[in-house]
Amino acid sequence: MSTVIQKPLDHQPPSLPPTQSVRLTINGRESFLTVAPWTTLLDALREHLDLTGTKKGCDHGQCGACTVLIDGKRINSCLTLAVMREGADITTIEGLGTPENLSPLQQAFVDHDAFQCGYCTPGQICSAQGLINEGKAKTEAEVRELMSGNLCRCGAYPNILSAIMEVLENGESAMDDKQWSAGNTKPKMDPVNS
Amino acid sequence: MNSFTYARPDEIAEALREKSIQVETTKFIAGGTNLLDLMKENVERPTRLIDLNHLPLSHIEELPDGGLRLGALVTNADTAYHPEVQSRYPLLNQAILAGASPQLRNMATDGGNLLQRTRCYYFYDLATPCNKREPGTGCSAIGGYNRIHAILGASEQCIATHPSDMCVALAALGATVQVSHPTGDRSIPFEDFHRLPGTTPHLDNNLTPGELITGIDLPAKGFEKNFSYLKLRDRSSYAFALISVAAALELDGARITDARLALGGVAHKPWRDPEAEALLIGQPATADTFRRAAAKVVAGAKGQGTNDFKIELAKRAIVRALKQATEMSQEINVNAFQNSNP
Repeated sequence: MSTVIQKPLDHQPPSLPPTQSVRLTINGRESFLTVAPWTTLLDALREHLDLTGTKKGCDHGQCGACTVLIDGKRINSCLTLAVMREGADITTIEGLGTPENLSPLQQAFVDHDAFQCGYCTPGQICSAQGLINEGKAKTEAEVRELMSGNLCRCGAYPNILSAIMEVLENGESAMDDKQWSAGNTKPKMDPVNS
Repeated sequence: MNSFTYARPDEIAEALREKSIQVETTKFIAGGTNLLDLMKENVERPTRLIDLNHLPLSHIEELPDGGLRLGALVTNADTAYHPEVQSRYPLLNQAILAGASPQLRNMATDGGNLLQRTRCYYFYDLATPCNKREPGTGCSAIGGYNRIHAILGASEQCIATHPSDMCVALAALGATVQVSHPTGDRSIPFEDFHRLPGTTPHLDNNLTPGELITGIDLPAKGFEKNFSYLKLRDRSSYAFALISVAAALELDGARITDARLALGGVAHKPWRDPEAEALLIGQPATADTFRRAAAKVVAGAKGQGTNDFKIELAKRAIVRALKQATEMSQEINVNAFQNSNP
């Protein structure tokens, strides 16, 4: 017996959710996505772009595993919508380095045994890169405080700290304009200099 | 999250008009760090979001009276690290940096910080009665687990607290909130912005539907010489306050000539007690003076069963914060708990 429905539906068939297109520059490459408005940036990266380096830990902005950089500034990608970030210059863990060419932070994380299960690690590294870009943390106490938005259930904190301190003490590792994208590099709103 | 439509106007008038079309079911979104969290929990279910991020409200500018206007869209991080805020209003800088995480501070806006909602566990849990979420259903926190709840200004309908650190400093400094509406603009003194729960716990603040925060004005006096933001919490960082104190003093030698004292974690709004401040003014900046003011602040305090510790903790925190403000002994930029001696 056929399982195909023989009669026409007697109600409105369900429709696909409304979508809109959004232009994002990710790791230097321009992407055009078609997403529903309620798609978070995190889900856009992981589900629409197959960039699964960024992790979904809590999905509520409480763990930092979803940390990415926008114009060099660290944010929780789970608490923003893809459509809100039209035109943004986004760097994910995939954009900070490759297995053949680790960034200074990535190398330091390896050298200092700064991860165990590795789940928090992409967020830790993106967050640490953001910390270096900010240029505010100088001492261990300040690094601890300014990394407090990234939780590690394995407890790798002491080694995460020493990895970051090594990169900090080695001097300039802040992202320069070239690492963001061609064209739009500076944040649009810059109240300090306006 | 429920499904919704999304718009991103370029002008304030357009944003106000959009909101007024369906004022109850449309929400403004700026940083989104609280609203999206609430939407993921289905506590907030707007059918339309109006993204404010293209509006021209992201500057910090000096005011003719010597004060400073914070545009509503300036991020908390940019505000804290702004040179004028760091030098002239370091109490605000320390309060902002005591809150949330660097990632959240890079996203959250000043306007949004005022509007963030309580983190009461029952407010967040749709399975439990909550007069704030659904008026008339009851308050699960009263008689329940109320560690993070209010000891001052609460009512029989609601014992929720306002979770912001930035707002405690703004209350101490006496800021003014600038607001726009299709029918006109107005200014709201900070002490009148947030409400006490009373019989209307569903209302957090005194904005009328459709109103948009455009800026927060800081007065000329920033108490940059003697201040302390003390935050006590269950973790040494990245947690909401059980008790926080914003203390600011103007000293003439050992004598207090002006004083501001605001508490977080104790009420539905940042708690200022002008009578307690009056007990400080004209007095020597000593522990005895501070204890007298602290006793006044908690005189009407009421524990709810699992937060009774807050009453004594608040008293001691006030004394310590005032002492730190006098001596300028609090380490700056490490978390507010570490390395401070009682």
